[in-house]
This record gives sequence, C-alpha cells and structure tokens, in this order.
Amino acid sequence: MGIFRISPPFLAGANRVTLQMLQVLLAMIPAVFAMVYFFGPAVLINITLALAVALASEAVMLKIRKRPVKPFITDGSAAVTAILLAVAIPPLAPWWLTTIGVMFAIVFAKHLYGGLGYNPFNPAMVGYVLLLVSFPLEMTTWLPVISLSENPVDFMSAFQLIFHGETSSGLAMDTVSGATPLDAMKTQIGQQILPEYIVNQNLFGIFGGLGWEWINVWFAVGGLYLIYRRVINWHVPLAMLATIFVFSSITAIFAPETTGSPLFHLVSGGTMIGAFFIATDPVSGSTTVKGRIVFGAGVGALTYIIRIWGGYPDGVAFAVLLMNMAVPLIDYYTQPKVYGAVK
Amino acid sequence: MSKPLGSFPGGLKLNGHKKRSTQSPIRKTPLAKTLILPLQQHIGAAAVPIVEVGDKVLKGQRIARAEGHVSVCLHAPSSGTIKAIDEQAIPHPSGLNAPCITIETDGEDQWLERQPVKNFRDMSAHEIRQIIRDAGIVGLGGAGFPSFIKLNPGVHHDVETLLLNGAECEPYITCDDMLLRERAEGILDGVEIMQHALRARNVILAIEDNKPEGVSAMELALAARPQLQNTSIMVIPTRYPTGGEKQLIQVVTGKQVPSNGLPIDIGIVSHNMGTAYAVGRAINHGEPLISRIVTVTGTDVTHAGNFETLFGTPISELLAFAETKRQPDEPFILGGPMMGFNLSGDNLPVTKTANCILVGVDDAAPASEPLPCIRCGDCATACPASLLPQQLYWHSRAKDFDQTRDYNLFDCIECGCCDYVCPSKIPLVSYFRFAKTEIMNQEREHQKSDLARERFETRLARLEREKQEKEERQRQRKAALAASKAKKEKQEQAAAEADTTATENKEN
Ligand code: SF4
Ligand code: SF4
Repeated sequence: MGIFRISPPFLAGANRVTLQMLQVLLAMIPAVFAMVYFFGPAVLINITLALAVALASEAVMLKIRKRPVKPFITDGSAAVTAILLAVAIPPLAPWWLTTIGVMFAIVFAKHLYGGLGYNPFNPAMVGYVLLLVSFPLEMTTWLPVISLSENPVDFMSAFQLIFHGETSSGLAMDTVSGATPLDAMKTQIGQQILPEYIVNQNLFGIFGGLGWEWINVWFAVGGLYLIYRRVINWHVPLAMLATIFVFSSITAIFAPETTGSPLFHLVSGGTMIGAFFIATDPVSGSTTVKGRIVFGAGVGALTYIIRIWGGYPDGVAFAVLLMNMAVPLIDYYTQPKVYGAVK
Repeated sequence: MSKPLGSFPGGLKLNGHKKRSTQSPIRKTPLAKTLILPLQQHIGAAAVPIVEVGDKVLKGQRIARAEGHVSVCLHAPSSGTIKAIDEQAIPHPSGLNAPCITIETDGEDQWLERQPVKNFRDMSAHEIRQIIRDAGIVGLGGAGFPSFIKLNPGVHHDVETLLLNGAECEPYITCDDMLLRERAEGILDGVEIMQHALRARNVILAIEDNKPEGVSAMELALAARPQLQNTSIMVIPTRYPTGGEKQLIQVVTGKQVPSNGLPIDIGIVSHNMGTAYAVGRAINHGEPLISRIVTVTGTDVTHAGNFETLFGTPISELLAFAETKRQPDEPFILGGPMMGFNLSGDNLPVTKTANCILVGVDDAAPASEPLPCIRCGDCATACPASLLPQQLYWHSRAKDFDQTRDYNLFDCIECGCCDYVCPSKIPLVSYFRFAKTEIMNQEREHQKSDLARERFETRLARLEREKQEKEERQRQRKAALAASKAKKEKQEQAAAEADTTATENKEN
C-alpha cells in the first residue's frame, strides 16, 4: 500500500501534466516526419540540439531556483518548447542560433517569470521572435524542398553546415537555401505579380506551398488527435482558423490581387502548428471558454494582418505574443456566469 | 415517468463501484455494548441533555432536547444505563472532542411505548413538524440539516414541487439504493406525509439510471398507492454531482436556485429518500430516528454491504461485523470518495450523517507534490457551479480573500470535480475549505469587534444623552429661576443681584 491523499477527493483522476505533454510530443511526430521528408535530416539535428539545450537549461535553472529537478524536468514542458522552437527555425540554421533561442526561451521567458505555470508569454514564441528580430537573415533562409533542390543536403553535410557553416566539400549555406512559399508570395506580390501566376511556380503544390501544405496537414491531424484526447480543447484552434479563413476570404473576394487564396493561408507557414500547438498553450492563454474563443480569434486576425501588411512573412509568433498580453483582460471580462446568478 | 428538463455544466462520469455493496440485502448490525451519542449530529445548536449519569433509559426515550430554533432532539437507540455525559472523540475532520452521552446497553433492547399517529391527514402541518423535530430527524443524505425546517415553506411560499433526492451520485455509496429496493413502501409513507405537510402540488422522485432495481421497486410501490397524487418517478442520467441539491434541481426542473437563495424561492423543497423513510417511521410508527443504513464497502472489506446500524455504535464494531482487512487505528473514509473525509480512531461512533464507511479505494489518489497550475482550465470545465477554480485557488493561496469572494467562493459546493481533473494534482478543495473557514473566522472577529464598537458607541451615546439631559435640566432650572427672578425683580428689585450669584454657585 502506498501513501494516499488524506484530503478529499480520494479518487485519482487520470489527468497528468506529464501525460498531456507526452501526448503533445506524440502528436507532433507525423508533422516532424513530414518535415524530415521534405527538408531532409537537418530537421532532426536541429530538434535534438534544441532538446539538449532546453533540458540542460531547465535543469540548471531549477537548481539555481532551488526547485526539485526531477518532477519538473520530467513534466515534458521544456521538451515541448524545444520542439516548437526547433521546427520554426530554418533547418540548417547555425547551431548557436538554435542554442540562443532555446536558452532564451527557457531561462528568460520561462524561469525568470517563475517557471512552469507562471510565464505570461509563450516561451517558444519569445525565443523565436528574439531570433527573428536579432538575426533576420539567418531566420529567413529556408531550405528548398528536397525535390526542388539542386544540392540535396544529406545527414553529414547538414551536420557540417549546422556546426561549421559549410560542408567539407565547400558547400555553403547560401548555395542550398531558398525562400519559403509565404516569402515568395509576399515578395512577388510586392513586385505586382498576380497570386494566380505565383502559385503556378514550382515552389507551390496542390493547394499551398509545396511540402508546407502537407506539413500543415499533419500538424492539423496531430492537433485533432489532441482534441480527441482532450489534451487541448477546440475553441482556440477553431476560432483562429475560422478567423484566418474569413479574413482571407474577404481579401480574396475584394482584392484578389493582394494575396493568396484562403486555403493557401490555412496550410502555409505556421498556421496549423500555431492553431493546434502554440496558441493552445494553456499557461499563456486564456482560461475561460469565451476567453479562448476571443484569444484564438485574436491570434488569427493578427497573424493574417501581419502576413499581409507587416514586415515579416509570417505573423503567428507576434500574434500569439500580442494576444498573450491581452490575456488578463480577456479572462477578466469573460468569466462564466455562476450557478444561480441573476439573469 | 417524467423526463429531466435540464442538465448542469461540468461534472464527471465516475466509475460507481456500487455492485460491491448491493449483493446482499440490508443487514442489522449487532447491538453494541456502549453507544456514544454526540449531542450535535446535525447543523445548528447542539441538543441539551435531559438525563443524568446513572439514569435508566428505554429504547427510543428522549435523552436530549432541541435547543433553539435550528436543532433537533436525541434519543436512546437502545435500552440501558447512562454511563457518562462528557467529551468524546467524534467523527469530524477536525479530530476534536465534543460533548456526548454514553449509554451502556442492557441487551434487552426494550422500547419505550410508541405512539403512532393514526391518521396524519387529520393533523396540521405544524403538528407534523413538531413530531418530526421531536423525533430527531435530520437530512440523511449527509448534510444533517434539521428536516422539520425544510418542511416549513413559510407563509410567503407555495410549494410547486417536492423533490425526493435518490440520485446518490457519489461512487461506492448504496444506502439509498438499497432502501429503494427493500423499503420503497416505507419511503412513500414519508413522502405522503411530506406532501401533506407542505401542500406540495406535485412530487418527483428522482433516481439515477444506475439503479434500475430501485426504480422498478419504486414503480411497483407507487402503482399500489393511488392516493399519492401527482407523483412521478424521474430517472436521471448518472453523473457526478447530480445529487447536489442545486444540481438535481437544475436537472429535474431546468431551473437554477438563485445565488444566496433557497430552493423554496423557486417553489421547490427537496429531501433525501432516507429522510422520507425516517419521517414515515416517526409518524406512522412513533419511532424516533435512532438508526440509519450505512454502506460499508471498499477494497479491504470482505462482506461489503449495507447495515442498519444504531447511532452510537462504534465504527470499529461495524467494520468488524462487515469484516475488513483494516488494522486497528488505520484510517478509513467517512462518506464517499469525493466528498468524504479521512478518519482514524476506533471509538468513533456512527452518527446521523454517516452514510458510508469506505475502507480501501480502487483508484486511490496517491499523495503527490502538486505541480504549479498550468492554467489549463480543465477545472473550470468540470465545475458544476460554473466557477473558475484556478482563480479561486490563486487567490486562496495568496490569502486574498476579498478576491475569492468576487470569484464566488461561497457558491462552491466542494464537490471535488476540479480537484479530480487537475493535471497538476493541486488539492484545490482543501484550499477552498481553508479560504471559507478563514473568511468565516474573520467575519466572526468582525462581528465581535462590531459588537464591541456598538457597545462603545451605545455607551458614548448614553453619556451624550445623559449630558444633554443634565444640561436640559439645568437650562430648565435656570429658566425657572430666571422666571421667578423676573417676578421677584418686579416685586423686590433690590434683592435681585444676590439671588443670581446664588444660582450660579449652585451650578455644577
Ligand atoms: S485544472 Fe489544475 S492546472 Fe488546470 S487550470 Fe485548474 S488548477 Fe490549474
Ligand atoms: S469543488 Fe467547488 S470549485 Fe471545484 S468543481 Fe466543485 S463547485 Fe467547482
């Protein structure tokens, strides 16, 4: 017989932070494989590096803050942060970039605010935005999809590029990199090229960016699994996706020359990972049901606005951080009506 | 049969584990040598002993009278001798002792002459309530509120619906279930009386759908009783905490009891099935409340079941009768696994509110260090009162009690749903109980200081009044003097000056 709780309720609920985080990690696997399929093994190197840095920073911070290391390091939250950030960083980004981003996320965005449960901002997005504004060049040079690449990067060369900046055969970063479809869309619309022509280029696939469309689909599949397992709830993703859809439909109807189709926006860039894995972060999101809908809609609207009018190709990270700031206000105004409250 | 009209938010689907204790019929617990009867087994003022040590008492004899308005009487559960009237350990989470009457039973179990009511329909509601109060009947669902009060709707209210709560939503507990199966007749006796006393327009017997045997027993009994009018059985979905009074009302009627209000405000009065049975016994058989059915169950109980047990029986004897693997002084749970509390101590007696004794829970929650709140909101989704438990937790922890009130702490029914679902395993209910106790203590302090201030202010006011009265008297005296002076002045002006000086010297 173990030691049991001495205060009610005495029944054990199945819910556990660790289990939830494990489910989140599990749900990301298909999309990560899709990324490996489209961009090569560099993605895995990046993730491994991020995981190592995250867990080490977490352990050090827990020690410094004199918190028990084991229950917190095994809660899985640092791992989730690491992977979310790793897949947002270009696969061949130099090792120090990933390291800085992850360390900043864990040390500053998480632990200096009090650790798990206390961070007002999504740590992965704080790390990402820091990198984006400090190293815009490194952060926007993506790999082209393998099938389009003249120099597909194998595991060894990926390793050398990440840690040395060039391969032993002298191949450097700029020779293998390319723009993402969202980038391309934005730049070329800037050059007055009509979206319908842009999507005919080989950078684009059936309904979105080549490769990206499937990565987004797999993130969505993982997300639906999480909803099914009740790890996340449907309010945030639905509100965010619906808002993006509505906004892009409006533009598609009234100003079709200014941007891609609604479908293109739904399966591009960070839309799906944002909707199902980032904006659903409970700690930095709203806790009430109505609040979650407001939060999700806000993230969707800001994402779209930044994509179209902002200076960056994708806006998920900024949108999430901006909405994080609004959470206390949202929570306050969306309290549910208690039982028996006068109508 | 009628259909539920509503449902409540949140709640849980829990594994009931009820079969374990419904396999054998209700058994009688053997008479114990000593019976320990706490004077307060109900909400309200403790009863006051009317016997003395050494007195011989008969079964059913009143041994303590109700004190004040919210209180009920207490009776000897069996015949014997009063052995002590002193402080004893009572089954309360505080672990404190409280005044009890201890009876040494003589084994005769000899009744005091019972005086059944021939026809309760000839009696007024007031007379019925008096008998119920004198019979010591309290809500047997667990809260222990004196039942006669809930049979008095007051002059301003009509009772639309008398609701009989047979939800029994907590896992493991089956005492109402067994009562329905075996004594549906007796329950309806009480229901008839209650309907008469309340002049309730209709009666709904609400039973969760996990008790089909109970439902059919009740259907049979109801069919055989055409005089019970406008009475129907409502089978409601099994969900925790449907048995909460407010939740049940919402399920049955689709209406909500106003916050800070009572069910009677929306024309509803609810009683537990076991209470109805006790009312029937008291009126029709002249038997006061001296025993109840207690579920004894759990993984460590060999002969789990329901036991008709005299109040005052030491829980250890009841457990011995049911046979458990429990070692002496090992803790057990009194009540259900969601809202009960942990007790240890072998001499604790069975009281009026003891519905279940649980030894060994199947999916027992391990003691664990809680992680921080990750604001997942699962607790809010589970809360049947639509509260925000994470906010309540946050403010309770910070002892920010004004904020906990703003977040409606006092609407929390302590059902434990939030606690159960919390992924960080935070003991939320304990925090809420703590905050409630603190606030109530503060309030008591407040009242005390208010009283002191009031006294002080009354005193000041009195002093002020006295001063004013004195001044008034002086003024009058002066005026009188002045008047007489003026008279005198007219008569003898020469003496005027001396007179005035004298008056002034008198002043004090
Ligand atoms: S369920 Fe627990 S962790 Fe989740 S919001 Fe409520 S208190 Fe926080
Ligand atoms: S214990 Fe209170 S706060 Fe928690 S779910 Fe029940 S009513 Fe809501």
